[in-house]
Amino acid sequence: MGTHVLDDWSGLSLDELLRHCRDLVEDPDYPTVRRWREHGGKVVGHFQVYFPEEIASAAGLLPVKIHGAPIEARQGDAHFGSNLCSIVKTSLELALSGRLELEMFVSHPICDTARNLAAVWGRNVSYPCEILYLPQNPTSRHAATYLRGEYQRLQRGLEEIAGRTVSDDDLRRSIAVYNENRRLLRRLYEIKRETPWLLAVDEAYVLVALGGRIPREEHNRLLGAVLPMLEQRGTAPQDRMRIVFEGGFCEQPPLDLLTTIAQSSYVVDDDLLVGLRWLLEDVPTDGDPLANLVTAYLDHSSYSPVQHDDRKPKEEMLLRRIRESGAGAAIISAAKMCEPGLDEQVPYVRVLEAEGIPYFVNEFEENMTSFDSLQIQLETFIENVLFAGAEV
Amino acid sequence: MDNDTSPKVAAQATVDTSELIGRGNREGNRLFKEWYGRVSSGPERGEKAAYVFVMGSAAELLESFGFNLVLPEINGLQTAVRHVAEDYIDQAEGYGYATDVCGYVKADVGMQLRGGDHPMGRIPPPDLALQTNVCNTYIKWAEIWERLYHIPIVTLDIPGSRAGGRLPGRGHVDYENDLAYVRGQVDELIEVCEQVSGRRFDQDRLVEAMTHANSMTRAWVRVLDLNKARPAVFNAVTDGTVYLGVVNALRGRAEGADYFHDVVEELEYKAARGLGTPFEERHRLAFVGVPCYPIYRKFSEMFTQHGGIFVGSSYTWFASGGWSTGYEYDLSRPLDSLAEGLLVTGRAAMDTMFHVDRVLADMAEPYGIDGIVFHAIKSCRTVSSGLADSRRAVLEQTDVNALLIDSDHMDPRVVAEAGMRNRVDAFFEGLETRRLLAGARS
Repeated sequence: MGTHVLDDWSGLSLDELLRHCRDLVEDPDYPTVRRWREHGGKVVGHFQVYFPEEIASAAGLLPVKIHGAPIEARQGDAHFGSNLCSIVKTSLELALSGRLELEMFVSHPICDTARNLAAVWGRNVSYPCEILYLPQNPTSRHAATYLRGEYQRLQRGLEEIAGRTVSDDDLRRSIAVYNENRRLLRRLYEIKRETPWLLAVDEAYVLVALGGRIPREEHNRLLGAVLPMLEQRGTAPQDRMRIVFEGGFCEQPPLDLLTTIAQSSYVVDDDLLVGLRWLLEDVPTDGDPLANLVTAYLDHSSYSPVQHDDRKPKEEMLLRRIRESGAGAAIISAAKMCEPGLDEQVPYVRVLEAEGIPYFVNEFEENMTSFDSLQIQLETFIENVLFAGAEV
Repeated sequence: MDNDTSPKVAAQATVDTSELIGRGNREGNRLFKEWYGRVSSGPERGEKAAYVFVMGSAAELLESFGFNLVLPEINGLQTAVRHVAEDYIDQAEGYGYATDVCGYVKADVGMQLRGGDHPMGRIPPPDLALQTNVCNTYIKWAEIWERLYHIPIVTLDIPGSRAGGRLPGRGHVDYENDLAYVRGQVDELIEVCEQVSGRRFDQDRLVEAMTHANSMTRAWVRVLDLNKARPAVFNAVTDGTVYLGVVNALRGRAEGADYFHDVVEELEYKAARGLGTPFEERHRLAFVGVPCYPIYRKFSEMFTQHGGIFVGSSYTWFASGGWSTGYEYDLSRPLDSLAEGLLVTGRAAMDTMFHVDRVLADMAEPYGIDGIVFHAIKSCRTVSSGLADSRRAVLEQTDVNALLIDSDHMDPRVVAEAGMRNRVDAFFEGLETRRLLAGARS
């Protein structure tokens, strides 16, 4: 479908474009999705972390990444108990409040709350809600065959929603679009790593996040225009600490929190919305497209606390992220009540201590609104590292 | 489930009633202590320990390799019942685990940091860990042992129901895809077991364990079914937890099979004679969640003092690893059947947590349920995340009262006993009022 969901942005300056993207990402009414629907398009919402959007897109559907929202969960709260992360409540709120209309919702077995989310969601809406059982034993010799079957099952469901079949060529075309998107996002992160003064973490975030709520063809056009503008940005480098932010794989920190971090440091790499960047390399467009997506998921992918993979010990992956990005410290964060994220903080901290890498531990919630305390703590942390050695 | 609660095995007229009544609890406790003794002394005999969880333990297979099973969830609850959980939890929090991490996990970390020191014995470190995805926290938990002990950990990935009520069965392409995946993982698990144990896979030993497991499964289904009797023959939360311990600790062993033969005998005897629990039965309740172990006795009394008897409990469904489904192994094809059993029961365990509203709606009438108690616990998002919504769904489908309370199954700091008691009292007032109104109408 050639539907355009963004307003005409040609002629906007870089700062105006970034502001426009931020407005769209912060808008809980999903105006781009509404526009897609106004043109007769259908929408598949998928929860964190990873979803093979290529399959939905090949069926002519708009895959929308659902990662909560900075809204009050007036209805969502009533469907969940206490002591749970905010993201499940605000995500459900998007649906129950009518802000985000879907034809299908898909969750994943990333954590115990997310699996419950699919059931709760399904009890409260009339459209299909299901779990895509991505393998939790990715090193099994049988995982690839299984996952291909699971993708086929998903494809059948999506075809039913779309009212059309999906051919291998449809999939290949879709994969090619997403390969281009992956290439552009890799370049975006290269800019963050190599010239972080050109792109603050909150700016990079909105550019990535917008991809989760517009067609990727349109996202590609936008990134294709923005990246050269970033490269030519005249911002001068400052004496700021290079850090890695870890803990944004599911619930997202408020944008203002990222802005606060950006005021005192350069975030040169992170796991924010890592699901949109999960596949690290291009997916082959020849051969069996579903099998290619499977191989990419299992063998050429990123890491997160919600996937156990013997080949990717998470503390080693964190160290690699820090070293490859040339970071001098890390922010080890976790969403409140996020069991996997909180569990992972312990080995992260231990390995950083063993390696003598300064770190700053904190918890966040997507709805937090006060960052003064965080700013003071972070600035103190950075001053300690920069001026008093690595004793933090 | 079988609707016939009449005795299948008539108890002998000569049976000693004083010996028979309560035998399940006494023997269960005795067997449990013996089991802990065997686990604790295993290293002295050169036996190896496999850490497993109650949902998807594959006990029959591990038993066939001679592993002693260590069940960390049971270790955890034992510390809570014995009022020492906080000490272990504090130690884990001092190590770095956040207050919002599962209390079971933290109690285990505390125990590991103490070299296995536990109120029931000295728990040996793992030689192998097996975890399913039935609870995601299992996987995170096993990663802790992997880091502490550098042992192989095996994730047995069991794809669950994709949506409520969507249960494709044998012959369906999706079911067969899931089954082939689990079957393949069973072969891989055997390879790891052979490496760790130093033994070759012995199919005869597996079949022997599966035979005992089948016997236990038949009895377990019968036990749960017998509580349709009025009065209920056991309290599904308190007595049921004792039975559950044996289901999990002695699965695939002859003493487990013998034990459940005796439990069925006891409960059939009671059902035939109209004997209930020691408490007056005024209200028949279903329990959803995990018991409040830090105040275990008081928690139970909050209900029994009002004549509330738990005739059913979702704990007996999911914490038995889904064996309440009654799946029995086909001994003529043991490995295929083991894989199918893991898939079917693992999926059932998940369904009785994520889609518990469907099970409750089905059991309300045959069990004569007056009220449902949903107990959400801070530690366990698997069990608790959907309870508020399940309660709402059940109330739409059935004509019962429902109570939702919050506490924890491990951490006494999270248990607000007085507030909980007030809510339970109000719940029973509602039940009594409802009964009065129904009486007036009739």
